[in-house]
Amino acid sequence: MSSSAEVSGRAGPPGHSVARPAGPALEVVDLSKRFGRVRALASASIAFTPGAVTALIGPNSAGKTTLLKSIVGLVRPDDGCVLMNGTVVDAGGAYRRDVGYMPQLPAFPPHMTGQELVDMIDDLRGFDGEPDESLIDDLEVRDEMSKPFGSLSGGTRQKVNAALAFRYRPTVLILDEPTAGLDPVASLTLKRKIRERREEGATVLITSHDLGSLESLAEEIVFLLEGRLRFHASLVRLLEETGQRSLEAAIAELMLRGRGAGDEIRPKRATTPDVSVGDDTARDDPGLANEEGVA
Amino acid sequence: MIGRAAKVMRYQVVDLLRGRALVGYALFFAAATSGLSLLGGGTARALPSLATLILLVVPLVSLLLATTTVYHRGDFVNLLLSHPVGRRPVFVGIHLGVTLPLTAAFLLGLLLPLVAGGIGAEHVADVAILAVAGVLLTGVFSSIGLVVGLSFDRLARGAGFALLLWLALVVLYDGAVLFAAYRWAAYPMEGPMLALMALNPVDLARVMVLVALDASALMGYTGAVFQDFFGGASGLLVAAACLALWMAAPAFAAMRLFERKDL
Amino acid sequence: MNTLVLLAVGLLGQAVTPQPGPSHPVPPQARTPDGFASIGEAVAAAAPHDTVRIAAGVYAEPTVVIDRPLTLLAEPGAILTGEGERGLIEIRADSVTVAGFTLRDTGLAFTDDRAAILVEESRFCEVRDNTLERTFFGIYLANSGDCTVRGNRLEATGDRETRSGNGIHLWYSTRIRIEDNEIVGHRDGIYFEFVEDSEVMGNRSTGNARYGLHFMFSDRSSYDRNTFADNGAGVAVMYTRDVSMRENDFRGSRGSAAFGLLLKDITDSEITGNRFLDNSVAIHAEGANRVRIEGNEFVENGWAVKVMANSEDSSFSGNNFVRNSFDIATNSRRTYSEFEGNFWDRYRGYDRDGDGVGDVPYHPVRLFSLVVSQNEPALVLQRSPLVFLLDLAEQALPMLTPENLVDPRPVLDPFDTPWRPS
Repeated sequence: MSSSAEVSGRAGPPGHSVARPAGPALEVVDLSKRFGRVRALASASIAFTPGAVTALIGPNSAGKTTLLKSIVGLVRPDDGCVLMNGTVVDAGGAYRRDVGYMPQLPAFPPHMTGQELVDMIDDLRGFDGEPDESLIDDLEVRDEMSKPFGSLSGGTRQKVNAALAFRYRPTVLILDEPTAGLDPVASLTLKRKIRERREEGATVLITSHDLGSLESLAEEIVFLLEGRLRFHASLVRLLEETGQRSLEAAIAELMLRGRGAGDEIRPKRATTPDVSVGDDTARDDPGLANEEGVA
Repeated sequence: MIGRAAKVMRYQVVDLLRGRALVGYALFFAAATSGLSLLGGGTARALPSLATLILLVVPLVSLLLATTTVYHRGDFVNLLLSHPVGRRPVFVGIHLGVTLPLTAAFLLGLLLPLVAGGIGAEHVADVAILAVAGVLLTGVFSSIGLVVGLSFDRLARGAGFALLLWLALVVLYDGAVLFAAYRWAAYPMEGPMLALMALNPVDLARVMVLVALDASALMGYTGAVFQDFFGGASGLLVAAACLALWMAAPAFAAMRLFERKDL
Repeated sequence: MNTLVLLAVGLLGQAVTPQPGPSHPVPPQARTPDGFASIGEAVAAAAPHDTVRIAAGVYAEPTVVIDRPLTLLAEPGAILTGEGERGLIEIRADSVTVAGFTLRDTGLAFTDDRAAILVEESRFCEVRDNTLERTFFGIYLANSGDCTVRGNRLEATGDRETRSGNGIHLWYSTRIRIEDNEIVGHRDGIYFEFVEDSEVMGNRSTGNARYGLHFMFSDRSSYDRNTFADNGAGVAVMYTRDVSMRENDFRGSRGSAAFGLLLKDITDSEITGNRFLDNSVAIHAEGANRVRIEGNEFVENGWAVKVMANSEDSSFSGNNFVRNSFDIATNSRRTYSEFEGNFWDRYRGYDRDGDGVGDVPYHPVRLFSLVVSQNEPALVLQRSPLVFLLDLAEQALPMLTPENLVDPRPVLDPFDTPWRPS
């Protein structure tokens, strides 16, 4: 898809335009998925900014987790595809070599210890590099790694989850509610780690109910509603658009507008660049929503 | 791909060995075999009872273990597929990781006591046919079990359906066949009867057992079709080939389901 | 075609066993010139009760007719061939012995019963230790008595019934002993019709196209310790009284019309200590009256016993029934035969008083056996759990199977038989 090159050119808010390594360009095109009667994704096309942290925001069952799982390959979309660096990702899953995924609720085999999990994945990946074990120490789970996963508390499981996701120094991080269940110290440690990876050029996709956390991390906001892309712009633009001071207020504003406008959500100044509008024309051309943003 | 599948299988087998089901299954057959041959007066007398046991128990255990594996190994599969491992090697690993341990448990349980007790030379062929039939049944029903597990979202429903399926194939189907035999008794039914056997893997395995234990009776049948079918090795080979198909088709179906499954 | 044929004729005055010693030159007592050109000439020249020795070599000549009491002793390697044209030896006198020949190639005959050795109206004859190859009929006895056929080996390649005759064929004969012969590949291995007071012992009759032993209208005869294996239709014993069959081995008669032993109109006879192994039907009894069937071993047959309702007062006791697909089948809801005190491996009763006899009677006719008799293709359901359930229900509450076909005293451990190493 032609859009990927343009996307990287347009990337990020001004503060981040300083040169730094940019991770892979990740893009979903026309992604649709139904679960029975429920439409989880409806022709969603999003080009994620390489090397940036993109927050996926939306109410419950807006399709955030489905989108993330589709990218990882755990959910098989009915239609559309996932592109990495402009190529459709392969069914064999080799692209996941560069992907670190933190599922929302880590449900690892309960009788395996963290260490066994790590050893097994090392083995399956054929990984013989130097793993990134900093989180094991920073989150203070070294001792917990020798206990069966099923016996760990929710927070500790989440820490092991995080340690595993960052272990192979991925250039794409897919983080579904990464701080859920973490105490404030651990939460801060993890966020610091995310920033660190971002500085090293990783492309990060993150969801969270904790909009405060997201505000401190995210450079780009993707707003999903009922499986449709409603809004994709930088955080700065979003705040400008909505005239709000916080992400939480801005999102609330978006949701209220969405309610008023029925099926459509339009920013106040629809013509303003840097704001993409998820209308029908935009959906016809996967690149269009982003191109509008190119000033 | 093969290397990955082998690794997945290894972890799957290790996991299966942690549970007691497999060991229990092997011990069950060992106990049944030694019990029947010790109390009942030797290998020869144990064979018919063993045959019945194999036809009943192997499908049930293989079906249930494979079906429940789909649910119990959901976490494992989820974890693997978050990493650079394709769905196909994961499926192959899981399938073999269920089928091979089941096969090993069955064979060890059946054969160890017989070998220890000394199989009479004249019964080696019969025992071999029983063992092959059991191995094929294991493959067939672990494949079908994966299809069932992948088709139902919840364990209770999957296991319930598996039980119903077992009951249908083991008893109800034969009832329908018997009914058909009477209903269309006026027509030449030997060919159709054999065809009906081919549609049920339990019956196919039973036909193999019949070649081993009841060839004399089957040869006494007046029709030429049975004479040809049961007269030589051809019946045995045809039944085994059909069972191999019965193993391949559900395995393929299960793989397609798995490749499309949302986790 | 004959090469040099040496024929030695020893004139010993009496038909006695030949003297040991070198066969050539001729024994000193010779009183006629040695070296006949053919066996026929030697026989013609011999006086009654002489012994004729036949040296090694191939003889092809017109059928040798022995019309006086003689002993013909062939030495190893003495071969008489019919060149596919004729019978070989005819015995038409009493007290004739024919021994040690290799007899071959009678050719096929459809108008006469061409045989390697024909014995006609002879008494006290003996046919022994001959080897018969590619003969139509082998040894044919008619209207004879007090003869012995022993230790012969008869091998034909009768692939079809019509292309082969019987191995040892007896017709209207009395007091004949058929002993230790081996008969392969004929139509019927041994054939008895209108034979009385005769014995068939220790023979092996295998791979014959029709019956291993075909036995009709032959009262007061017995056959013991024979092996009948892999014959097309097994053994048939018909229209006879006072026949005893002991310790024979009936094996491998498989096919739609094959029986280990077919009994048809047999009266006052006994069948004891035999083994029936791997036959489609071990014993098919039609009109078997007052037949005692005792101490036999029925193993791995399709049906151990099919007994028709026209059999009366026959008894089955002390037999072992092991691994048969069906133990007993019949064609009626009543039976006039008696089953008591047998060992049935299917019996699942108990023996609370420990006397070795089950406390619950055993019904040896399975419901499924009835099903199969009405609907043969249903046979493929054998060993189905469904069939097991049907049989179980019928055992508990017999509704369809013969109510009085029951063993009231089923024995819990197999009996000792000659076939069961203990």
